[in-house]
Amino acid sequence: MGIVSPGFHGRRRPDVKLPPGQYLTEDFPVLSAGPTPRVRLDHWEFTITTEAGKEHRWSWQEMLALPAESVTVDIHCVTRWSKLGTSWRGVPLDTLLADIDTAADFALVHSYGGYTTNLPLADLLDGQAWLAYGYDGADLTAEHGGPARLLVPHLYFWKSAKWVRGMRLLLHDEPGFWETLGYHDYGDPWREQRYQGD
Amino acid sequence: MARAAIPGRLNWRVATLVEAMDETPTARTLVFDAPGWPGHLAGQHVDLRLTAEDGYQAQRSYSLAAPADGTRVPLTVQRVPDGEVSPYLTEGLSIDYPVELRGPVGGWFVWRPSDPAPVLLVGGGSGIVPLMAMLRARRATAGRVPFRLIYSLRSPLDRYYAGELTQPDAGVDITHVYTRTTPEGWPRPPGRIGVADVNTGGWPAEFAPNCFVCGPTGFVETVAGILVALGHEAHRIRTERFGPTGG
Repeated sequence: MGIVSPGFHGRRRPDVKLPPGQYLTEDFPVLSAGPTPRVRLDHWEFTITTEAGKEHRWSWQEMLALPAESVTVDIHCVTRWSKLGTSWRGVPLDTLLADIDTAADFALVHSYGGYTTNLPLADLLDGQAWLAYGYDGADLTAEHGGPARLLVPHLYFWKSAKWVRGMRLLLHDEPGFWETLGYHDYGDPWREQRYQGD
Repeated sequence: MARAAIPGRLNWRVATLVEAMDETPTARTLVFDAPGWPGHLAGQHVDLRLTAEDGYQAQRSYSLAAPADGTRVPLTVQRVPDGEVSPYLTEGLSIDYPVELRGPVGGWFVWRPSDPAPVLLVGGGSGIVPLMAMLRARRATAGRVPFRLIYSLRSPLDRYYAGELTQPDAGVDITHVYTRTTPEGWPRPPGRIGVADVNTGGWPAEFAPNCFVCGPTGFVETVAGILVALGHEAHRIRTERFGPTGG
């Protein structure tokens, strides 16, 4: 137990189980480091580049033609808000990665606007990650990462890169944007891995 | 993009309130003494943890309001109506009371006095806090880099740091944008920040200033969009957003 601040009571939510240090929000706050990129759908593309340099590329129409899933998940931002029961529509990363020949253990995801984030490839497989283009029954807005963002709800939400453009598959881990600025390499909210060394 | 590794683990440390001053009827500056504080950069923030007598804990992030000064850690907290933490910090926390702090956090929304580029600060509401840390860091280092600040606020009563902002340093230009109520005789009618405000109060894009924009999400979206439209390069526009749930 920490040091008690006299007179502080707080507002308990015994009915809700949240990761440590998080609080519940009904809003959908925005976290980003710069201006919101505006990506034209006729210019949009998503590429996966293997460690051998082979590129797999989808246009917007090609991506939409892939089988999509609707998922309802809880999301947890490192800035401490959690939002429960969010509804998304998107293509499972399993589908995009299915026919790709790779021995990579890591992915470095990159976005329109220059943002990057790194994840173990295993965290993008087995129904854990989506290329999401719908939110709450509508198109995903630019503010929240549209036309399409990564959705990896079991990790802190900075791993769910907005405005996603593609990923490089790597044999060795390479830190992304926030990961080089002091945030944790993996980012499991249930183990409260916010910052380096957590 | 800048790459600066921050090694080691950030530990919670006990900090004691040593100074408090009201900025507005709903905002309060809190200065903590945090033994062992490692220092910080202007623009960084800190995690604050409160523990109740029964062990219940709540954590929030707050921007640092001034550059590093020994073990002093200054924050300015806006009371969020119905918030869980900010009403206690602005009304319940007394001198000598302890909290726990962890930081500094964030290595992107920072200004370094060694950077020679001109600076544009655009703050909305409590978004002024990390920008004030940058202005104060400039003064503390006797910096000569030209600064411009555009400060959007609802009314004159909502102005943080009123004394300091009334007498800016040489090389610092300040523009106030009032959104609801202006001072008497103010030339600009009240209204939200727009392209004319940013164009007049900011720098031409050719000067390649470093732009720091902080405020509520809608404000930041608007200003960052205006800056891009005025020709500023996206990588020179750094943003920090305060959600409405920072309580």
